[in-house]
Amino acid sequence: MQYLNVISLWMIPVLIGFILLYATYKKVPAYESFVEGGKEGIGMAFSIIPFLVGMLVAISIFRASGALDAFVNWVKPVFDMIGVPSEILPLAIIRPISGNAALGMTSDLISVYGPDSFIGRLAATIQGSTDTTFYVLTVYFGAVGIKRMGDALKVGLLADLVGITAAIIVVVYFFGY
Amino acid sequence: MVNYIWVGMTLIGIVYAMFNGTMEQVNEAVFKSAKEAVTLCIGLMSILVFWLGIMKVAEDSKLLEKVSLITKPVVKRLFPEVPSSHPAMGYIVSNIMANMFGLGNAATPLGIKAMEQLKKLNGNKTSASRSMITFLAINTSSITLIPTTVIAIRMNYHASSPTDIVFPTLIATFISAIGGILIDRYFYYRRKRKGRE
Repeated sequence: MQYLNVISLWMIPVLIGFILLYATYKKVPAYESFVEGGKEGIGMAFSIIPFLVGMLVAISIFRASGALDAFVNWVKPVFDMIGVPSEILPLAIIRPISGNAALGMTSDLISVYGPDSFIGRLAATIQGSTDTTFYVLTVYFGAVGIKRMGDALKVGLLADLVGITAAIIVVVYFFGY
Repeated sequence: MVNYIWVGMTLIGIVYAMFNGTMEQVNEAVFKSAKEAVTLCIGLMSILVFWLGIMKVAEDSKLLEKVSLITKPVVKRLFPEVPSSHPAMGYIVSNIMANMFGLGNAATPLGIKAMEQLKKLNGNKTSASRSMITFLAINTSSITLIPTTVIAIRMNYHASSPTDIVFPTLIATFISAIGGILIDRYFYYRRKRKGRE
């Protein structure tokens, strides 16, 4: 564990150092390049705002009204039938929609069921193995002004489904039910 | 599809609130989350400015190009529409690598840069290109070598071995990435069959 911490602590500074060292070696005016590149970030951050406001408001209305919980309860029997523990279901549904909510749920499941329980491990694996599809799509498409996403959302959500299914199977295989 | 989902979530939420007495929470949610979104973007700005600056340095020194040359054989196959010496390739590769090493906040600016280049390749259209969809399919399944946040949570709750989920997570994330790529290909060929690509 100790060396993992060290690696993750060192990685970013070492990467920055390496890039700057290499640029100096190649006689690139590093500071000027940095400033020029950084400028782009300002416009980008602003252009994401409307996309993110729209998405987050819709998601939070859906959540705050209680409709999300109702939806989870509604599909629960189906998941019970195929043997997916219903405790994990809200997380599986939330994971692609809201990163913060999913993180909150994961810590909650881990604290309630214990980190070494089946549910706890499953929550951790789901949290770690998929990303917040809605957020990624909103930010990436929003920043460059893509309005028609094509099949991207469908592909992303189906990939999440594959990921969550894989997480369940892998955790059962490694740690037992 | 996004239009339907967006309107759908909002409308269902509002109608549900009408019948379940949660109007107050919905009201609060609207303004709180709008504010949260703006705060998030401002927070993102610092990260974007810093990493785009650093990456511009890497680009100007041709380091980015080098990185993309090393991984060319694999990535070329995933993105057949992107010429291998195109800057988009460098950004795609760096984004995937940043994600792998759990450098989430470095990965986002790189991903946006990649999207920008892909948009240029697509004649600056405002609809998603084939390569963009593939890129996002890989991205949303987030191939992470070390899921640091999850490990930290497990440590907090005194797991007997906080890192024992690392290997299972790795397998799950690889399966979901491969699944994502296959699903993406399926939809691509379906679009092609229908003559939409």
